[in-house]
Amino acid sequence: MSDPGPSPTPEEAAETGTLAASIALKQRAGGIIVPVVTVVFAFVMSFIIVAATQHSVHTALVVFKEIFLGSGLNWLAHPTTNTFTSISAYNLSQTLLQTTPLILTGLAVAFAFRCGMFNIGGNGQYLVGLIVANWLGVDFAGLNPFLHILLCMSAGTLAAAAYAGIAGVLKATVGAHEVISTIMLNWIAYWTASWLFGAGGALQNSTSPTNPVSNQVSPGARLPDFWGKQGFQGLHVGIFVSLAAVVVFWILLNRTTLGYEVRAVGFNPDAAAYGGINVKKNFIRAMAISGAFAGLAGTLDMLGGAQNYQVGQLDIPFIQVGFIGIAVALLGRNTAVGTLLGALLFGGLLYGSFHGLGSSSVIDPTLASNLTYIIQGLVVLFVGADVLILYVWNSRKKARRRPRGKPAERVEATT
Amino acid sequence: MNTWTARLENPLSARLRDPATTGAFGILLGAFAAFLAIPPIEARTVTWPILFGIVAAALGIWTVTRGRRRLGWGAVAAGLLGIGLGILATRSSTGNLESAFDATLVAQTLGFSTPLVFGAIGGMFSERSGVVNIGLEGMMLMGAFWGVYGADKGGSWAVGLLVAMGVGGLLALVYAFFAIHLRADQIVGGTAVNFLAVGITGYFFIELYNNNPIHNGVSLLPNVHVPGLPVNPDNPHGFVDFLGQAVGDLSILTWAGLALVILAYVVLFKTPIGLRIRACGEHPRAADTVGINVYVIRYGCVILSGMLAALGGIYLSEGPQGNGTFIFNMTNGRGFIALAAMIFGNWRPAGAAAAALLFGFSSALALKLQVYSQSAGTLFQILPYVLTLIAVAGVIGRTVAPAADGKPYAKQ
Repeated sequence: MSDPGPSPTPEEAAETGTLAASIALKQRAGGIIVPVVTVVFAFVMSFIIVAATQHSVHTALVVFKEIFLGSGLNWLAHPTTNTFTSISAYNLSQTLLQTTPLILTGLAVAFAFRCGMFNIGGNGQYLVGLIVANWLGVDFAGLNPFLHILLCMSAGTLAAAAYAGIAGVLKATVGAHEVISTIMLNWIAYWTASWLFGAGGALQNSTSPTNPVSNQVSPGARLPDFWGKQGFQGLHVGIFVSLAAVVVFWILLNRTTLGYEVRAVGFNPDAAAYGGINVKKNFIRAMAISGAFAGLAGTLDMLGGAQNYQVGQLDIPFIQVGFIGIAVALLGRNTAVGTLLGALLFGGLLYGSFHGLGSSSVIDPTLASNLTYIIQGLVVLFVGADVLILYVWNSRKKARRRPRGKPAERVEATT
Repeated sequence: MNTWTARLENPLSARLRDPATTGAFGILLGAFAAFLAIPPIEARTVTWPILFGIVAAALGIWTVTRGRRRLGWGAVAAGLLGIGLGILATRSSTGNLESAFDATLVAQTLGFSTPLVFGAIGGMFSERSGVVNIGLEGMMLMGAFWGVYGADKGGSWAVGLLVAMGVGGLLALVYAFFAIHLRADQIVGGTAVNFLAVGITGYFFIELYNNNPIHNGVSLLPNVHVPGLPVNPDNPHGFVDFLGQAVGDLSILTWAGLALVILAYVVLFKTPIGLRIRACGEHPRAADTVGINVYVIRYGCVILSGMLAALGGIYLSEGPQGNGTFIFNMTNGRGFIALAAMIFGNWRPAGAAAAALLFGFSSALALKLQVYSQSAGTLFQILPYVLTLIAVAGVIGRTVAPAADGKPYAKQ
């Protein structure tokens, strides 16, 4: 809950705790090494957990091998079997299906980060996109499919942007911390979805009124599969939307005035304000754009994969997507390409641990799916902690630069 | 020093116009408006609750314009709530009302509040010392699972309590190490704690119990029977039976939670250690200068918050509502409601407890109303989050976090 203080350089700012500034520093110092080390470390830790609880190193090796095979990434090694009958091709299509929303929720978190904000509300914004896409996807049946999909996607995206904008407005006007307000917005969205789709709700299934399920999206509004087999959920065209969003993210951030302002505010709001940038406007704008990414993920999931929403215990893993976006963005260093790679890793992990062991007698598949959470937690924990390496690195450099016995400047900077 | 004598010398009219008086009166009236609509009075017309509600709101606005914003808006809210409840109540039939607003509602409110109180007080200690604790949810979840595990393997609920506190404290220690020593971002660290807890509890629940419900006969947290009160009267009638139903059979942790609120107040505001904790949260550099070990205080507070949150968690699995079972991700946001209660209560024990009670009440009401209308019940679940959002938006007074909350401290 920090008010970023005035700080002349990213190095100084990192010590005072401006999030974006410290991340920028890490980017310069750590590069790609820290994320890789983090992932390896997280995998080693979870490997130890499996080996210890299964009392066998061999079992643990098999488990991780099966997760890898389950993710279908081995298909890339021999893509000659370009038919969907190949099991690895099917697995890969499912992995990419999981990756599709993760790219977008990752971009959502990353965009807010670049403006110095922590959008922990990806879940809520994702849900808003989901709700609106379901509502409009069920209504307006018979519309031109292209227009229908466009309508659902743009309306869901805009609604989520407005929803996230609430947190931005609160931060800009009364200084309410965005973490608190987005957490509250998450749960408001969650219970609103339960209310709308639950028994007696406005968007609840019209054919079975006791079932807390939404209506199916009308066939015209479904995103078509392009890689898959008849009768199975294949990979839908939403992945191209996600990939396009990566490009949009990069251009928006690096090649436009808007992106320049957002990054300037992220580095140092005071300096940005001094330079004539409207900081408050950028808080709101960055939050809304961030919410748009997460909302788009929700619409893609609704129109492409899920097509309906079920209230209850089942929705919990479903809506974790927004939270996994945090891990994706942090691992990807809040860059466009990094987020893409991070999403692929977690998509593979999610589907690989779920399916890779589905037919296996080595380890209970539900057990393995919990490994995903553990790995995810460890990744987030250690990605946050690479600060350690950098602080040591940075303070050593500083100690050399600064004459001894003059630490008073840092006193002011840290409090 | 002589404020109370000075106040006595003022004329009565001045004292009545004092914003504190009007604000408090407004809140009372708002509560009265709601009270009119429910048993035992049950006004059958909507007039009286609305009238009292409007007066309460008016008094509230008066109070606001006289400078006591928080109290005043509270009165406004109470008045509006009274009106809303009045309309709702007079529109439904008397039979429904009696089964919704009875003594068990009190008991359920206290029950739902218990985990929130533990979580909120835990979070308060952590944040008062300057460490934001988003990971309350995860620590609570750890307590819920490992508490059952301890009670099952150890054969006694007391063992379960100890195991839950131990594991909650351990997870908090890991978090504290990252947040304090490694100076990692505290929001990121807390998020990691939440992920880890879901994964670890889910993993070990399947590993140890094979995803089956934990078998019957696990030693549960005992309920405290208040002497002289009937526990479960067959035909409840009269005030004693009411009390018996309301507070005669509450879990030991519910009473412990109430005691904890008082204890937390005394420790934070009346002891040297509390002063040190608050100093670390407001200005760690100054605290360090006068010889307070900021790291030790912060470690202690974060670990304590983990232990308390875990106690809140064990109530979910081992308390009267959990009955010794664990469900995947069973906290389902209660840790975040506890966080909300702490913020709503302005980082103060009494405020946090009051907010926890209010949120517990809305949960209890949601459960009760589910019988009549599923959707109305669900809407009451949203209430805590909306209220907190409004509170942080600064409409009902401004919430003020400790100045150094969330800022890592680098020793020289």
